Amino acid sequence: MAVQASAGVIRKRRARASTAVRGYGAATPYLFLAPYLLLFLVFVIGPAIFGIWMSLHDWDFQLPGKPWVGLQNYKDLFDPLSATAEPFWHGMRATGIFTIASVPFLVAVPLGLAVLLNREFPGRTFFRAVYFAPFVLGVAVIGLMFRYILDTNFGILNAFLELFGLPEIGWTNDQPWAWVSLVGVTVWWTAGFNAIIYLAGLQDIPAEQYEAAELDGAGSWQKFRNVTLPGLRPVSVFIVIITLLASANMFGQALLVTQGAPGDTTTTALMVITDTGFSQFRMGQAAAMSYLLALCLAIVALITFALMRERKS
Amino acid sequence: MRRRPSAAFWVMVVLLTLLVIVPLLWMLITSFKTVGESQSDPPTLIPQDPTGRAYGEILTTGGQNPVLRWALNSFAAAGLHALLVVVVSSMAGYALARMSFRFKNAIFSVILLTLFVPGFVFLMPNYLLMDQLSWLDTLWALVVPGAAGAFGVFFMRQFFLAIPKELEEVALIDGASAWTIFTRIILPNAKPALATLTVLSFLSNWNDFVWPLFVLFSPERLTLPAGLSLLQGAYTTDYPVIMAGATVAAVPVLILYVFVQRYVIEGVANSGIKG
Repeated sequence: MAVQASAGVIRKRRARASTAVRGYGAATPYLFLAPYLLLFLVFVIGPAIFGIWMSLHDWDFQLPGKPWVGLQNYKDLFDPLSATAEPFWHGMRATGIFTIASVPFLVAVPLGLAVLLNREFPGRTFFRAVYFAPFVLGVAVIGLMFRYILDTNFGILNAFLELFGLPEIGWTNDQPWAWVSLVGVTVWWTAGFNAIIYLAGLQDIPAEQYEAAELDGAGSWQKFRNVTLPGLRPVSVFIVIITLLASANMFGQALLVTQGAPGDTTTTALMVITDTGFSQFRMGQAAAMSYLLALCLAIVALITFALMRERKS
Repeated sequence: MRRRPSAAFWVMVVLLTLLVIVPLLWMLITSFKTVGESQSDPPTLIPQDPTGRAYGEILTTGGQNPVLRWALNSFAAAGLHALLVVVVSSMAGYALARMSFRFKNAIFSVILLTLFVPGFVFLMPNYLLMDQLSWLDTLWALVVPGAAGAFGVFFMRQFFLAIPKELEEVALIDGASAWTIFTRIILPNAKPALATLTVLSFLSNWNDFVWPLFVLFSPERLTLPAGLSLLQGAYTTDYPVIMAGATVAAVPVLILYVFVQRYVIEGVANSGIKG
């Protein structure tokens, strides 16, 4: 600005003219951005950095003193003798099992749904809306609903299976059934979401590619393998990454359907983190746990991303 | 591709539809049963002795489980949140789509990057921030922090990029200010995107579970999801009451969904492709 002010009249005039064409002053873009950026700095950037700071302290919410402990909170998580390591890694294992068990279904089932919905048939928009509907319900509704449906004694699922002479199954209190339940509930809840994203990807594949494949004598399966799947690759990468992210956040289903049981087998990492921070008030330790979980998630996501990119070439 | 759908195709479509509808229907049916009937073996498909007791229990027991109050809180929080998201995101999205300024790419990259930072990282520090602001146990904790999310800005920017530039240029010749152009020309042309973002923000806030569970404590301050969790703890095997609570939380969103499903679905579809 100072340089501009000291410049000659012609240059000033030209500067003013170009501003007029652009239609706004130098400060305008920042004024448009300001409300959001303020929120962004206060509630995203600030906390992300402050969380690291917390994790380096013995930060008890209820105590006045918050002594600096350096990396002790992180070291404790790797010390088998510390009281925090065991529940934390049990939680990490639960989240890991859930992720490995659920992601393949959350990627494959919606793909099937999308292929089904990509055909032209009467009522297609209606059925698309129906299959997506569970996703507009919150995890609280889903959790309570399935807690009853899956109840060992009073649940309708066991009553239905009994019609076929199958024995009573402990869907919410016996392994591996608890995992089957949690994966099933999550697929029921979110398959429609991923399906809609796939569907948008399918509609972007040019019809000529299918016609060309047909001319080459390709059957439906060959068309699916050689046209549909490669065409969906960018969308699939996106879906796998957001599904990984969602699985690492697993909380509500396990809290409401299995209540972490049997034992602590379905007590997920996020349940351990909230328990440490909000029930035991050890927020520094809980912050350290969340950063470690985030780091693990980032590594898994990057490896997945690299693998999926690799296969492209 | 152009073949008529086979019988097997229709069987599949109908089975999937039943798979979606039956659990919801079961929730609704159970809410009208007596406790004894909800635990009968084999289960009865239609309530033999239909009763509104469960709804009476949760809608009238004053201080204990103020479900209507929770619904009201949920409405207020989700509505204000959606409004805030739409205002700040459309302004920021417009600047990022249509204006040139220093650090634009750097700012946008940082915002975009946070889309991939998992929410649990912010739980502890934002809780302390709420405490400092005296927002714990108030609706502000639900309305404001979530509006800093990157999705809205990203979504609006994508939409504004696709609006033809000529629209603005005509106004520029008339000497209109950036704010006038934004409010008189850009926003009216962005109605579908604004509607979509409003609905998506409203729904995600209405359904949010982890955060309200920990930042709200008083029974009369809870939102429906946090309240339902309380209900489950208090009524353990009184399934009609629990299902009535779940139904009260589900019905408003399902009704809303019937009217706005196009916006929801298109919003989700766009988030993927352009992501």
